[in-house]
Amino acid sequence: MLETLWNNRIEVIAVVLFAVGLTTLFLHKNLLKKIIGLNIMDTSGYLFLTSLGYIEGRLSPIVSDGNTDPSRYVNPLPAGLVLTGIVVSVSVTAVMLALTLRLYRRYHTLNLDEIYRIVHREQEEEP
Amino acid sequence: MAKKSFRETLREWDEGNFDFTMKTAGIPLPENEDGKEKEGSEWSRTPHLRTAGSEIKAFSKLYPVFAGLLLFAVITFLLLVIVEMPPFNSPDTPANRSEVTWRYIRSGLSETGAVNIVAGVILDYRAFDTLGESHVLFAATVAVMILMLAKREEEEPEEELSILRNDLILQNTAKVLVPFLLMFGAYIILNGHLGPGGGFSGGAVLGGALILYSSAFHPGKLQKILNMKSYRIIVLLALSFYSGMKCYSFFSGANGLETIFGTGTPGAILSAGLILPLNIAVGLVVACTMYGFYAIFTRGRI
Repeated sequence: MLETLWNNRIEVIAVVLFAVGLTTLFLHKNLLKKIIGLNIMDTSGYLFLTSLGYIEGRLSPIVSDGNTDPSRYVNPLPAGLVLTGIVVSVSVTAVMLALTLRLYRRYHTLNLDEIYRIVHREQEEEP
Repeated sequence: MAKKSFRETLREWDEGNFDFTMKTAGIPLPENEDGKEKEGSEWSRTPHLRTAGSEIKAFSKLYPVFAGLLLFAVITFLLLVIVEMPPFNSPDTPANRSEVTWRYIRSGLSETGAVNIVAGVILDYRAFDTLGESHVLFAATVAVMILMLAKREEEEPEEELSILRNDLILQNTAKVLVPFLLMFGAYIILNGHLGPGGGFSGGAVLGGALILYSSAFHPGKLQKILNMKSYRIIVLLALSFYSGMKCYSFFSGANGLETIFGTGTPGAILSAGLILPLNIAVGLVVACTMYGFYAIFTRGRI
């Protein structure tokens, strides 16, 4: 089992990164740090995908000499998928940051518990 | 305000109550500490509010425990999955033996004309996916605009930025770097089908150059060329060009009609059919989106 884990160490690193991101997402009260944690989780996904397509000793899939023998090149598909993932993660990060900025302007804090407390108090006072 | 120790400051920053940028910008911190204290004490004196507060407190104490347990479970599960996974580096894994990926390499050059197989995959075989990506970027910009442009009359965050302006080092660096960055971005976009690169990476470099220029000099200089109106025109033209070209290529390619875009000689700059124009469209969208995010977040408008 340990040997398998050592052979698949890139995937293990991806899992560790995923755990770091998830911990940051769950345990921090600061909204900005939650966003950072989500980005670390994204990165672990990219690492995992690219490691699936990598084959030792093969070339990158750029056929500059016209030789289209499939056993010369690494898998080109994960690269395309990771590209999609990066673009979506950039967009999601921008939207999250904009929402966080709106929250900060409204409540003057980034602490999620503090925001909950203020919202709770406002709801109690309103009726 | 009493001077706090470094540790306390760090702790406040960690909990999100403190903002370094406010201090550096010379803007007084929002002075709601008096009001906050009073409200807080009143809040804890009122009985029915205090119970709600204690519920939140109990929840916040149990929360890390459950989060830790869940994390432990997730990590164990994922590590068990990795033990069962096929070995790294091997060409015999199911993902690497798939017929689809090897067909991309075997006939990608002759079918799409792109030397860079990845460009052929994302802009020809899977071009619909990339069309969706460009629209995701566009939708994200629209969402950010809806959130940030709404209340720009009330407060103008101009003062915070004025520290960066008139910085001699920044301006001279930008003077030297920006032309080369623009050229490098254009090179990456135009060579997307011949080597590593393409619309997304080249567009990001172009957007970085625009951001550098706009932050070094007065933003009005760039707004003469790239304002809301030209932003709209560029993104709209690029996205509709992409959609129209892909409609045409699906129609003509699937029915075996003659296309006006041949694959050309592999390795020439004007080859690979639609990939070069599509790369340019994607690059324009990405560059405009990057600069748009920067401009909206710093100034509240493009």
